[in-house]
Amino acid sequence: MTDAPRSLSVLWRVMLPYLARRAAALGLVLLAVSVIIFAMLRLIPGDPAAVLAGVDARPEEVERLRGLLGLDQPAHVQYLRFIGRAVTGDLGRSLRSHEPVAHEIASRFRASLLLAATSLVLALAVGLPAGVFAAVRRGSAWDTALAAVSVLGVSMPTFWLGLLLIGFFSVRLDWLPTSGFDGPEYVVLPALTLAAFSLATIARTTRSCMLDVLGHEYVRTARAKGLGELAVTAKHALKNAVVPLVAVVGLQFGYLLGSSVVTESVFTWPGLGLLLVDAIKHRDLPVIQGAVLLISASFALINLIVDMLYAALDPRIRLS
Amino acid sequence: MSATRRDGTVVRLLRHRAGAAGLFVVTVFLAVVAVGPSIAPRPPTQANFRAILKAPGPGHWFGTDELGRDVLSRVVHGARLSIGMVVAAVAAAVGVGGGLGIWAGYRGGLHEAVVMRAIDVLLAMPGFLVALVIVTVLGIGTFNLILAVAVYSVPTFARVAHASALALRGTDFVQAARAYGARDGRVLARHVVPNMVSPLLVQASLRMATALLLASSLSFLGLGVQPPAPEWGAMLANGRSYLSTSPHVVLFPGLCIMLATLGFNLLGDGLRDVLDPRQVT
Repeated sequence: MTDAPRSLSVLWRVMLPYLARRAAALGLVLLAVSVIIFAMLRLIPGDPAAVLAGVDARPEEVERLRGLLGLDQPAHVQYLRFIGRAVTGDLGRSLRSHEPVAHEIASRFRASLLLAATSLVLALAVGLPAGVFAAVRRGSAWDTALAAVSVLGVSMPTFWLGLLLIGFFSVRLDWLPTSGFDGPEYVVLPALTLAAFSLATIARTTRSCMLDVLGHEYVRTARAKGLGELAVTAKHALKNAVVPLVAVVGLQFGYLLGSSVVTESVFTWPGLGLLLVDAIKHRDLPVIQGAVLLISASFALINLIVDMLYAALDPRIRLS
Repeated sequence: MSATRRDGTVVRLLRHRAGAAGLFVVTVFLAVVAVGPSIAPRPPTQANFRAILKAPGPGHWFGTDELGRDVLSRVVHGARLSIGMVVAAVAAAVGVGGGLGIWAGYRGGLHEAVVMRAIDVLLAMPGFLVALVIVTVLGIGTFNLILAVAVYSVPTFARVAHASALALRGTDFVQAARAYGARDGRVLARHVVPNMVSPLLVQASLRMATALLLASSLSFLGLGVQPPAPEWGAMLANGRSYLSTSPHVVLFPGLCIMLATLGFNLLGDGLRDVLDPRQVT
């Protein structure tokens, strides 16, 4: 504290090798994921080109597709080309629209990101205070109610919740639009639907993290020296409970990106998930590969950011 | 000895409010799975064009759908399909994931490194995507859906079994059995596996909940069980077109998914509290 620049440089000396290790691990994982995504094409049972072309395709169409997908070349050659193109942003062309995949998924990804981020903010804004309050008032009616609501939250099928919300707020009350994305009011129902699971998880985790911290001696010390309950909760307890929470919140963001597929389908939200389901139904493989790659890469990146935050907040992690 | 211990668990579970509620709900659903077709008033796909989209009432307690099929009969028949699929998938995942995890944790070394890195790769993708990738490759269908849900659940069980095996490997009774000259297979079967039943059971119950949500989601999206099979998620997908006029078509299958999921979640939470006193909050 006396010599801030010096301690900061020490921090970096410890942090950099840690981050380098994490980034290297991330690179390896992404490499493995890229192999899986590439292998998808070749793992299709039977003749992939014939399957993707459809049952009523002419033989010359199948051959054209075989050449287009590189199925007439050895797997390793094709993989290197796939990776080489992917790192420059070339993900091939859609088999249906013949548009570049990168172009098709870019705008869809923005919509998905907007939905996931709104849901996360919503889940945090409600889940965090609810969890803290339940822990502080442990055993109260509020605590019991939160436990009941949060177990309901993690048991709710996303698509059913979405349909119920549409039925009530759009059909019955006619307050909010049912589908599409044409203004801020279109975000409300999808974000609520998507946030439910994360909200419940964050509230539950916050409660248990807070209970864990509240049992520590430094909290008792803080109380003993006469600090008010608010100061104890906010300054001493919450600050320490935040560390394990960071990991959970990071995981939730990844979960939101992955599971937005269902919510997007219910509300016809023009995101990556809707595109992905459509592409799977029509076996438009390049689009599927591009979308899966993009979501997996974002998931990995979020995990790396969580690791960095974690290490910055808790010295025990970067030193071990 | 094991009988008294098991009795103890059930009795303690019954005293655990949430756990007992979960056990009750799960038992009811499993009973419907077992006897379902014989208690359903009508065949699940019997259409009746004179009773289309009728509201719930006498004769059709859950109403009828757009083809005049009895929703109650479809929901009851659907239990066997919806829950049966998930039981099969989770059982397969416990077998494969648990086996891999035990093997990795017990043997250590290269075996452990290879298995656990492969599990890490599966976990590096959001779970939902793993299932979607499998459906993409193998095609849409009931069996492929079960396979997708199973693969999606393998990492969970591999991790739990791995952690338990790792902890058990160092215990005195395992070391003693090995020193005594017992072969790996015997040590695993007699000393390691019986001691990780609790954590696997807790995980299996919680996973049933997640897997049920995943399987019904995929069917809802049209990537799993196909109509006219009365799978709950697929029924919702059909019913959504009639949401404004006949909400009961959407209400009952969704309610079933939610209640069954809730039951498995409560049972899992209860089992965890009862079997592992350290984690009681």
